[in-house]
Amino acid sequence: MKTTTSDMGRNRTGVATSPIDSADIIQEAEKHQPSHLGDGSLLLQVRQLYARESEGLGSVPPPASLKGVAKTAVDALKGSKPTVFIDKLGERLAFERSGTRLYEGALAKFDVYGGWEGGPTREGLEKIYNDELSHFLMLTEALKSLGADPTAVTPSAEVTAVVSQGLPMLIADPRANLRQSLEALLVAELTDNACWEMLIELARDLGHDTLADRFQLALDSEGQHLLWVRGWLAAGVSEEARGAPAGEKRAGTQPRV
Amino acid sequence: MALDILQEKGVPLDKQVFTWKDLVRRPYSKLDDDAFTRVCVIYMNGIMADALRTKHAFARMNRELREPLAMIRRLEQYEQTLINWLNPPDQTPLETTLGFEQVAIEVTASVALREPDPYLAQTYRFGLLEDFDHLYRYSALYDRLEGKDPNTITQSYTDIIPGRPTSVEHRHPVDDLRRPYDKRTAHPLTKLHAMSITASENQTHDYYMTVGPFFSDPVARQLYAEIASIEEQHTSMYESLLDPGESMLERWLLHEAMEVYNFYSCVAFEKNPRIKEIWQRFLDYELGQLHYVKEIFQRVEKRDAAEVLPSTLPEPIGFKEHRDFVRKTLNQEEDMASNGQDYVRMADLPRDHRSYIWRDQLNSDGSPSETVAAGYKWIPGTELAARTPRMGSTFEGKKVH
Repeated sequence: MKTTTSDMGRNRTGVATSPIDSADIIQEAEKHQPSHLGDGSLLLQVRQLYARESEGLGSVPPPASLKGVAKTAVDALKGSKPTVFIDKLGERLAFERSGTRLYEGALAKFDVYGGWEGGPTREGLEKIYNDELSHFLMLTEALKSLGADPTAVTPSAEVTAVVSQGLPMLIADPRANLRQSLEALLVAELTDNACWEMLIELARDLGHDTLADRFQLALDSEGQHLLWVRGWLAAGVSEEARGAPAGEKRAGTQPRV
Repeated sequence: MALDILQEKGVPLDKQVFTWKDLVRRPYSKLDDDAFTRVCVIYMNGIMADALRTKHAFARMNRELREPLAMIRRLEQYEQTLINWLNPPDQTPLETTLGFEQVAIEVTASVALREPDPYLAQTYRFGLLEDFDHLYRYSALYDRLEGKDPNTITQSYTDIIPGRPTSVEHRHPVDDLRRPYDKRTAHPLTKLHAMSITASENQTHDYYMTVGPFFSDPVARQLYAEIASIEEQHTSMYESLLDPGESMLERWLLHEAMEVYNFYSCVAFEKNPRIKEIWQRFLDYELGQLHYVKEIFQRVEKRDAAEVLPSTLPEPIGFKEHRDFVRKTLNQEEDMASNGQDYVRMADLPRDHRSYIWRDQLNSDGSPSETVAAGYKWIPGTELAARTPRMGSTFEGKKVH
């Protein structure tokens, strides 16, 4: 088990690892001209060509209930596009559901590594886990109330899943210790905060004030999560940088709930 | 000390056992382990994939050998799993690809240098220059797609410069076939070499075919399609070196000897004790398998295995850099082409040659390998590091925005 993250060792990735070989290959690379003219923009031009031919990632499914059909028809008459809200609700639902798994993984790491001065506690991680799970529930209910299918993967849910695919990967990697895993939680919480804010604005714009009020409660707790995770991570980095003894299992800091 | 494979009995089959925990071990470190540790892992995964592939083909065409083939295949599938699972999860498919090309360059160079048959040696040099170019193309992709330096994977062992351009490597299928060695007269090392490089290239093809669709960028998807196609050509080329007159059992016996030879080579190279122990264990397993097959060979074919097998193994494969050899080969043979089974200078092929027609058709809608590396020159720290000096120093007055 390795509790520290930044020890000096045999890292071989830089050119300074083997100065003689490196000087030799650098000199050889300088001598050879590229086989074809141009630059990196050609790659982007091909991407643009394909983008023009693209039909996107997929679609929002049709309403799952009669109530949804009626609601869609009413919204359409009012001149709005109800699928945008469904798409973004689907995104939040997927992110919160995956977020719950991230905290499960973090708790498993906490049991192995323990906390540190100013670091996470089991209670703190469990609190966030429960919050994420309750947000998932709230979004499921919100989608159902609009007659939409909460089990569907909407295009925005897919986008967010692609963007954040490294998060569960790092949390699940046993070689990444708890402090390193907090980096993944920080990215998740930063995204969570920005996306809840935008979802609330969208809900108010579309006249879903009751939902927007509920979402505000979620945003309030996400703000707290971000403060905690950022604080835990900063404390962990400073502790190691100060050369504080590592490897012993210590309790973290009780969050002020 | 040379290994006498007829005397060393290795581990008997019933003692070759595994558990899931044993199969799924702590991987090597992408950051700290030597590039040649990755080379050995990727290469030996290819050798064992071919062990399975070959035995599946045998089993589909031979009733009597089905049971012993199934026995050996199962053990080798476990070996392959343990080896392949040594690749770490933070090593992306593109990074593993850079490793595949380093295998294709350095292992083929070692083989080309030691191959006793000049025609086969030329074939290895011919293929080597093409894989050498693939490393350059994938390096450009890695740099331009992700802003990362390919040399962090190849670790200054291997040049990152153009070889025989990938866009001219596309040939008519008939121009990829070569003359096989003669099983009666070929040096045993010639047979081991041909089977090893065939295995390695076949796995490279299969890997690119598997990971190519995982990429989002269309040029990346095209480049994997293009280079996978060359690896299919290389597989056809190298496997055509094998004498089709060898009996199934003779080929099986030689394949086991080839596996022994390659594990033996890894044991000789490996510095990481945790990985070396695996190579030693599988060397002993493969010796056990070789003797199991040897018994069947002698019983069925009623001849001495010593007629087919070398008693002692040749020098191990050189898992090391071969820059001088590769540069010299590039300098002298970049413009080689093939006309059927013969090597010619590209300029000597008539413009209406079937391989030109084949290549021009494929490239008529643009060339992925030319697009990805247009104007690309590798420098340490990515090509963006060449752009920044023009901005001036942020420590000496340049305003940071």
